[in-house]
Amino acid sequence: MPPYWSIASASFRQYSTYRMATAAGVFTNTIFGFIRASIMFAAITSAGGELSGYTIAQAATYVWLGQALLAPIEAFGTREVSQRVHQGDIAIDLLRPTPFLGLYYAQKLGRSSFLLLGRGVPPLAVGAIVTGLALPTDPRSYLLGTLSLLLAITLAFLADMLVNLAAFWLLETRGLTVVYTAVMNLLSGFLIPIVWFPDWLLAIARATPFPSMIQTPIDTLSGRIAPAEALGLVAVQVGWVAALALAAHLVLTAGVRSVEVQGG
Amino acid sequence: MAETPSRARRAPDPDPDRPVSTARMVATLYGSRLRSQASFRTSFLADVLGQVLIVGTEFLELWVILSQVSTLGGMTLPQVAVVYGLGALAFGIGDLFFGEIDGLSATIKSGTLETLLIRPVPMLLQISSLDLSLRRIGRIVVGLAMYVVALGIAGFDPTAATLVLAVIAPLAGAAIFGALFTLAGAMQFWLVDGREFANAFTYGGNYVATTPGAVFALPMRAFFTFVIPATLIAYAPTLALLELPGPALIPTGAGWLGAPAAVLAWILAALLWRAGIRRYTGAGG
Repeated sequence: MPPYWSIASASFRQYSTYRMATAAGVFTNTIFGFIRASIMFAAITSAGGELSGYTIAQAATYVWLGQALLAPIEAFGTREVSQRVHQGDIAIDLLRPTPFLGLYYAQKLGRSSFLLLGRGVPPLAVGAIVTGLALPTDPRSYLLGTLSLLLAITLAFLADMLVNLAAFWLLETRGLTVVYTAVMNLLSGFLIPIVWFPDWLLAIARATPFPSMIQTPIDTLSGRIAPAEALGLVAVQVGWVAALALAAHLVLTAGVRSVEVQGG
Repeated sequence: MAETPSRARRAPDPDPDRPVSTARMVATLYGSRLRSQASFRTSFLADVLGQVLIVGTEFLELWVILSQVSTLGGMTLPQVAVVYGLGALAFGIGDLFFGEIDGLSATIKSGTLETLLIRPVPMLLQISSLDLSLRRIGRIVVGLAMYVVALGIAGFDPTAATLVLAVIAPLAGAAIFGALFTLAGAMQFWLVDGREFANAFTYGGNYVATTPGAVFALPMRAFFTFVIPATLIAYAPTLALLELPGPALIPTGAGWLGAPAAVLAWILAALLWRAGIRRYTGAGG
């Protein structure tokens, strides 16, 4: 356990060093929050105050929680591992005494903790002041919400890792990252709540792990879904984490077997 | 091509050391970039498809909302599609030529900007052509198709004036986005780590431009019209093209303000860019 803790806290400190970049991220995140909130408010107002279960206050909560989760989930994807595969640096990672996935997961947790506190919470606070938030009254919502958030970050890490590990076989993974993030942003319920989707699109979304990455933690944390019902959604998240963890492990094993690193 | 040698024999260049004309240089620089990217066909096609998919999911957001409610910001689905298509087309062109300038901080940090500074070619032209990404054509093609088709469905009744506006609007919008990208790049001479600030105005500007401007509350609408002229890129021209009444601050006639706004934005961008280059002292060795 100690190496993981050191890795995670080093990763936290690494990201907290860049204060200007953090301030810039907070600013941009807040502006995007206002743009998204404006579009949703206009849609709800023209629907007569409520649209598929979302009132103005709930839409505000949905938008600001989404903006808060954007950075820790890293919804735009990462490219570090795929680049290390291309450059051959992956060999060094594989030689370390810490298991590969554990190493990167610890880094991700450290990084995400900072991104959540540094980049996620400030826009949420601005949103709470300007548009107001609908917060749950049941303390169990916060407890389940925190668990759901951790599972969502884990799931996003595993899915992103799978995309990165494709670099073992593909020469260029940029296209794959682009497609992955586009699909993920839509089906995860980041752009608009998935319950607003037409039935066919909702069915497609529910068959993927994407809603478990953003829609589920938002619904659980905001209390829009009662704790009893949210428990089922959290169970779905656990199922996806198990499935993707297994997939990541298998893909990594197969990739390591096929990788050929030049030089030494 | 085969003619060139014979023509050269007939009229020998009086001064072979004479500087190359700007037009010739522009053609050479962009031409070489286009040829090099088009030669990797599979990678190019995958990139273009990726771009098309992104544009598709962005529009799906508006389409899903409009499948639930009849109007968004006072506009129906075909009208919103005109705004979206026009905005995407303008952003696509601006992004194609100037989209990489907002990555200037990486060039500053690695000290590779010096290489560009010592060449006898304007820096902005070098960055623009060096990083020209042909994959961005995906957005331009989808935007253009949507713009034209949606105009037809939304009942565009062209007069000589509105036809001119329909052609000028995407170009003026592209110029505004180009100026925003250049401002974003120039800003990084001062805020090296603050690259993301600029995203609020470039990508945020694109988000606002592709949305009916009436959805924004007055302070935001004022900011994105008078400070960052995003609503003048697609929303205001659409109002003028389709002869729709505008909300407060954006009357129908504002549709013609895109080109003047582009000129103003470029004057600012050029001034800030020059000041940034003058301030630059170099980091590498």
